[in-house]
Amino acid sequence: MGKCFLSGNEAFAYGICLARPQVISAYPITPQTIVVEKLSELVEDGSLKAEFIHVESEHSALSCAIGASAVGARTFTATSSQGLLYMAECLTYASGGRFPIVMMNANRSTALPWNIYGDQRDSLSQLDCGWIQAYAENAQESLDLALMSYYVAEHREVSAPFMANLDGFVLTHTYEVVEVPAKEQADSFLPPFVTENKMDFGHPRNLAFSAGPEHNTAFKYKEHIGLLNAKKVIAEAEEKFARIFGRQYTGLIESYRTEDADYILITLGSIAGLVKEKVDKLRAEGKRVGLIRLRYIRPFPNEELAGALKNAKAIAVLEKDVSFGNEGTVFTNVNSALHKAGISIASSNYIGGLGGKNISEADIEKIFEELKEEKTTIQFLGLGGAEKWVYPQGL
Amino acid sequence: MKPFLRKEIPAALSELPDATAYEAGYLVTKNAGWRNVRPVIELDKCTGCLQCYLHCPDGVIFKDKGKVAVDYDFCKGCGICKKICKYAAIRMEAEK
Repeated sequence: MGKCFLSGNEAFAYGICLARPQVISAYPITPQTIVVEKLSELVEDGSLKAEFIHVESEHSALSCAIGASAVGARTFTATSSQGLLYMAECLTYASGGRFPIVMMNANRSTALPWNIYGDQRDSLSQLDCGWIQAYAENAQESLDLALMSYYVAEHREVSAPFMANLDGFVLTHTYEVVEVPAKEQADSFLPPFVTENKMDFGHPRNLAFSAGPEHNTAFKYKEHIGLLNAKKVIAEAEEKFARIFGRQYTGLIESYRTEDADYILITLGSIAGLVKEKVDKLRAEGKRVGLIRLRYIRPFPNEELAGALKNAKAIAVLEKDVSFGNEGTVFTNVNSALHKAGISIASSNYIGGLGGKNISEADIEKIFEELKEEKTTIQFLGLGGAEKWVYPQGL
Repeated sequence: MKPFLRKEIPAALSELPDATAYEAGYLVTKNAGWRNVRPVIELDKCTGCLQCYLHCPDGVIFKDKGKVAVDYDFCKGCGICKKICKYAAIRMEAEK
């Protein structure tokens, strides 16, 4: 198709179409609806030969995908916010059963107060459910991630479901020029799905059994190793992707002007685009600042962060999430990486963008300004007069 | 057909499957640890009507060489079989 003007949702839908799933089961929810609508159109007009199953809820959407995966079909579903939470019970069935389902999640706030706009509290609340979690920055990366997700998830050493996250509205509904690869190219990148973990008349199997205390740990350990293996498979997928499509991705993290940076902002998702612009402006003024974008948060880039942050004087984590009673979950994860690597620098947490609140260039400027103080603080952006907790007082 | 356990429970990680899936007929663990009383079938009274088989919530009653038997690897000892048996052919014995 070449260059097209597409929203993030549409770009992801085209990426999924090129990955030729055999079963799609989904239930619409704002702001995910368009990816499902687009795929149903592509199935109807014959561009995609897949079974499109309209289900009555998100719980059923993922249950249906698990069933389809359990007979060896490449499957796709998509959700957002309360829908993700409603299917939460099934998330661990998919991961524990080692079914490589791909799901797009349109990041959206969770109730109450009810709100349809973007933040990342939905997916980040599900970090421990055994799914790979990736976060796209723009529409092109969304399409590319859709293609790469199956490569990673279906790899025998991984065998894990894959959740690709797109910021609600800011990414899902914003139109950009996107390069849509040719079908032949996509086919040469992604082989058909072949698995032994399926129901089969020729070789009957006993799927999804129980394991008591004696063996349970072993199965959970294997699941953990599968997600850790995803690190090398992501690198392998990106290398092959670059060879075929000419677009090179950077693994679990993307480092932007961090080589000699004293102050580094770490974030994830679409806000990284604005941070890059701000970094360029501050660099032009001679300030040594940089950005790290977490492209994946499961598996978590412990070693990659340690390598990228070892010469920094202070870092800040900007995230659209809070784990009430503690701090932002991404901040907790980043601090653990620093601690394990023996890096002792000030790290601050900026909780912003909740319920779709805009994160402005001025907010980012303020973060880089405050980083120079090299203090550990936790604060909310967007409260008007920001409340600020200086660690450990008031925490 | 009654499912049967692997003859030897695997000790090494490499012997366990990666996914929660074995070839059909195999189970990974027994599940009867909380049974306090066990049903014992008195074969001289048993007519083989299989009402116990039909009512057993755990599907553990089967026929062994034509005779009704209980799979004690999975029986939880609920006693429904004893209650349902019109011929008083099942008695419950305390587990020691």
